[in-house]
Amino acid sequence: MYAFEYHRPTSVKEAAGLAGQAEDIKFLAGGHTLLPTMKLRLAGPANVIDLGQIAELRGIERAGDMITIGAMMKHAEVANSAEVKQAIPALAEMAELIGDPHVRNRGTIGGSIANNDPSADYPAACLALNATIITNQRKIAADDFFQGIFTTALEEGEIITQVSFPIPSQAAYTKFRNPASRYALVGVFVAKQADGVRVAVTGAGSNGVFRVKEMEQALSGNFAAEALDGVTVAESEMNSDIHADAAYRAHLVGVMARRAVQAAGARG
Amino acid sequence: MTATGIGAPVRRKEDQRFVTGQGRYVDDFNRPGQAYAYFLRSPHAHAVIRSIDTGPAMIMPGVIAVFTGDDLAADKIGGLICGWMIHSKDGSPMKAGPHPALAQGKVRYVGDHVAVVIAETLAQAKDAAEAIVVAYDVLPAVVDTAQATKASVQVHDVSPDNTVFNWHLGNKDETEAAFARAKHVTKIDLVNNRLVPNPIEPRAAVGEYDFGTDNYTLYTTSQNPHVARLVLSAFIGVAPEHKLRVIAPDVGGGFGSKIFIYAEETVCVWAAKKVKRPVKWTSDRSEAFLSDAHGRDHVTHAEMATDENGKIIGLKVHTTANLGAYLSTFSSSVPTYLYAPLLSGQYDIPAIYCEVDGVYTNTAPVDAYRGAGRPEATFVVERLVEKTARELGQNPAEFRRKNYITQFPHATPVIMTYDTGDYAASLDKALEIADYKNFPARKQESARRGKLRGIGFSSYIEACGIAPSQAVGSLGAGVGLWESAEVRVNPTGSVEVLTGSHSHGQGHETTFAQLVSDRLGISIDQVSIVHGDTDKVQFGMGTYGSRSGAVGMSAIAKAIDKVIAKGKKVAAHVLEASEGDIEFKDGRFGVAGTDRSMAFGEIALQAYIAHKFSGQDLEPGLKEGAFYDPTNFTFPAGVHICEVEIDPDTGVTKIERWTAVDDFGVIINPMIVEGQVHGGIAQGVGQALLEGAFYDESGQLITASFNDYCMPRAIDLPSFDVGMTVTPCPSNPLGIKGCGEAGAIAAPPAVINAITDALGHEDIAMPATPQAVWRAAQKARMPMAAE
Repeated sequence: MYAFEYHRPTSVKEAAGLAGQAEDIKFLAGGHTLLPTMKLRLAGPANVIDLGQIAELRGIERAGDMITIGAMMKHAEVANSAEVKQAIPALAEMAELIGDPHVRNRGTIGGSIANNDPSADYPAACLALNATIITNQRKIAADDFFQGIFTTALEEGEIITQVSFPIPSQAAYTKFRNPASRYALVGVFVAKQADGVRVAVTGAGSNGVFRVKEMEQALSGNFAAEALDGVTVAESEMNSDIHADAAYRAHLVGVMARRAVQAAGARG
Repeated sequence: MTATGIGAPVRRKEDQRFVTGQGRYVDDFNRPGQAYAYFLRSPHAHAVIRSIDTGPAMIMPGVIAVFTGDDLAADKIGGLICGWMIHSKDGSPMKAGPHPALAQGKVRYVGDHVAVVIAETLAQAKDAAEAIVVAYDVLPAVVDTAQATKASVQVHDVSPDNTVFNWHLGNKDETEAAFARAKHVTKIDLVNNRLVPNPIEPRAAVGEYDFGTDNYTLYTTSQNPHVARLVLSAFIGVAPEHKLRVIAPDVGGGFGSKIFIYAEETVCVWAAKKVKRPVKWTSDRSEAFLSDAHGRDHVTHAEMATDENGKIIGLKVHTTANLGAYLSTFSSSVPTYLYAPLLSGQYDIPAIYCEVDGVYTNTAPVDAYRGAGRPEATFVVERLVEKTARELGQNPAEFRRKNYITQFPHATPVIMTYDTGDYAASLDKALEIADYKNFPARKQESARRGKLRGIGFSSYIEACGIAPSQAVGSLGAGVGLWESAEVRVNPTGSVEVLTGSHSHGQGHETTFAQLVSDRLGISIDQVSIVHGDTDKVQFGMGTYGSRSGAVGMSAIAKAIDKVIAKGKKVAAHVLEASEGDIEFKDGRFGVAGTDRSMAFGEIALQAYIAHKFSGQDLEPGLKEGAFYDPTNFTFPAGVHICEVEIDPDTGVTKIERWTAVDDFGVIINPMIVEGQVHGGIAQGVGQALLEGAFYDESGQLITASFNDYCMPRAIDLPSFDVGMTVTPCPSNPLGIKGCGEAGAIAAPPAVINAITDALGHEDIAMPATPQAVWRAAQKARMPMAAE
């Protein structure tokens, strides 16, 4: 790890101010991507701004048909939240599937979304649930937020403060883990709302998280696994590595989507 | 027998300190004035070093020194050695290229050692290493085992076609004759995948030099500290043997990878004197992936001949073994004498011929890894036996039974003479535990759920103890492979045992104490086991090859016998009887036919106060030593049965049941033995389903972290059903055969035989990852679709 200046603001305003003044900054949320990268000397920011002491970035609240989660809420807190479990059980279950207990007790929703790792789980949840990402500057629809691997709509110094999820009538997430890293090799989040079904896939796409419009159309007409028979995703748009080539990933998207629909249906 | 004696499942004495964080590993040792070493490693698999400019690094903050291969050469420090000479078929010695601790003129794999920085802190050493300017002429690399001899790339000048040796064993003519009269020949092509050992504690070294006494000390993560001292002094020439103390304290796992003498500890000892400071190096996990000696990496074609009665009459094997970029300490023995002599398996095979080509590639050196050669042999034999049974339409269990060796001793055509065993007994017990007769019903039930169920056998044998010194010497070993022990009885009757074995997870502090407890009639709490320090233990050969029970404990038993004999002399004086009338039983020395007796501890005190005998008649004290050299290898054997269920939609293989019936001879502590079996199976399942070290064409290791290299986790494994059968080993006084490697040897073919049974075809390689199994399952479905 290279030497760096460490900052620990207590408000979003202070954090944004620090970000505006300092050169070469990185925000530190749970640190599960940033810190290993720094330890391996693959990243060496001059300034690290730790968001861990900012109270306004915490909390989970339900208002009407929306669940809003503070950006610094840890995966374990989301997984164990009675309100999330009651309103969007699929989201609580997805959080419970992230990493291991150590990761879930450090990693945060805001950090996961801001990083937009192509194998992360939260981006699929945000896209499928049609979430709104709220920053210190604006509100961004999930469809506009995720812009390719490790790329988001966030401007330099912009801080995610909350994520708002409309409560679906039915939803489920199924994940096929990379055997080694246990990240999503393919993760499919399916959510049914009044205005239709959304299907989002993480881990598989060569350009990061994506929606599968053909599946959404098929499921909007008939929310059942059979509706997906014959619906495929293009191999050419799939990622390929030693664990799974594009053909296998494309196949798994179909399998995981069917299983997600079954799981959502089973929940009723 | 005492409550803590042989056969008692007592809890491990050492675990109190391990589970409470009180273990002391090399990195826990911090010496006054200690500096830190960081190795600049090659980013290229193959390159000529045109120049190294250490100047910019030298002026970095905290830098004490920067050394390159030239500095080692100037001090006449020798290269690392391979201690087992293999001769090719034509009688020529193996082609061993130079292996300098720091590169001289060329780098040969990613991770090869280019320079070392010694600095006040590790961070400063790393900063300075980045400032070293190395000019490389990058060369093309050869990484593929099967293609190594055909490549235009030449790894070492001494070997133009990258061949280290073309070795063979067995009788070619008899084998060809057997194949000529065979009714059926089964052929198979196999890859034994390359593995990264990954002990939980990475390698580490602290070198120290005392200018007052001219003594060197090396703290190192070693399975065999005396061998390390011998190699560092006699061959590498870092320090004279009598001036070098090697300490291997608590060591967190080795699996073979800590047998070897590496560049890093060599440099730390040498540099400590150069910079007049203790020098510490601790590997990080990334360095461990790149530079710990890897395991396995064979490409094999094998054929098995059977006659009209379904009896195996011949086996021929051709293996190409990747030895990496340099010959590691015992690398040459692994694919030769630790491999081919096991190709007879548990079977009466009259004719066997095996050829092995050892090759260089631009990859990390390959050496012994849990099982070392024997898992590779077992994979060949057990895959081939299973496939032969299938091709002959025979039940795989009964085909094995028909071909089992049943008369002992049995001389195989490949060196070994098996001393004892009852293979059918293990098979019967395993079939019963595995509920084999109801397997068809379970398979049907799986099929109803759209799943593929399969069952696979592995009837393994291994040669352990590693073993009679005369025998291994005749096969090319550079050292003898006996073991030593010293039993020191204190005046209070407590006992210290000094052993040349080394414990790095095996539980010797418990099992060795159980032997003492059993023989001397004292509690294990009265016994301390001392190991891992060349200043305390005179000499020893260390722990590997499942040898510490069979050989190490036999040495202790021999020393205990001498202690008892001496104790009888003391007792004769104290109890005023003739020595011939003294009996030692249940921890007491007594006079036969009388009620006069004294406890072991009382006699120990008498031996030290020496009031009851004259120094002319008897030496005071009670301390005896022994060297033990066995008369044969030991031959643990057993039957493992693996039952899997495959989800053809995802390719996920779930191990539903695992039965292990092993014959380890006499067992000292069944709990510890069962733990060894569990761990070994986990490693074998890792190899079969999950683990594989892969280099890309340019020689970059693409599985260089746990993100891509898949280690087995608890969730990947079922609960194991472990059973034992016992035929005591006749070649050592305790009847022990050894248990440390059995699981890793038995497991891979059991898993693959189960998967191929489920798939209905043989086309799957290790690791059988979900992707590979999904693809193979699709292939299995195709003929059905055509029906």
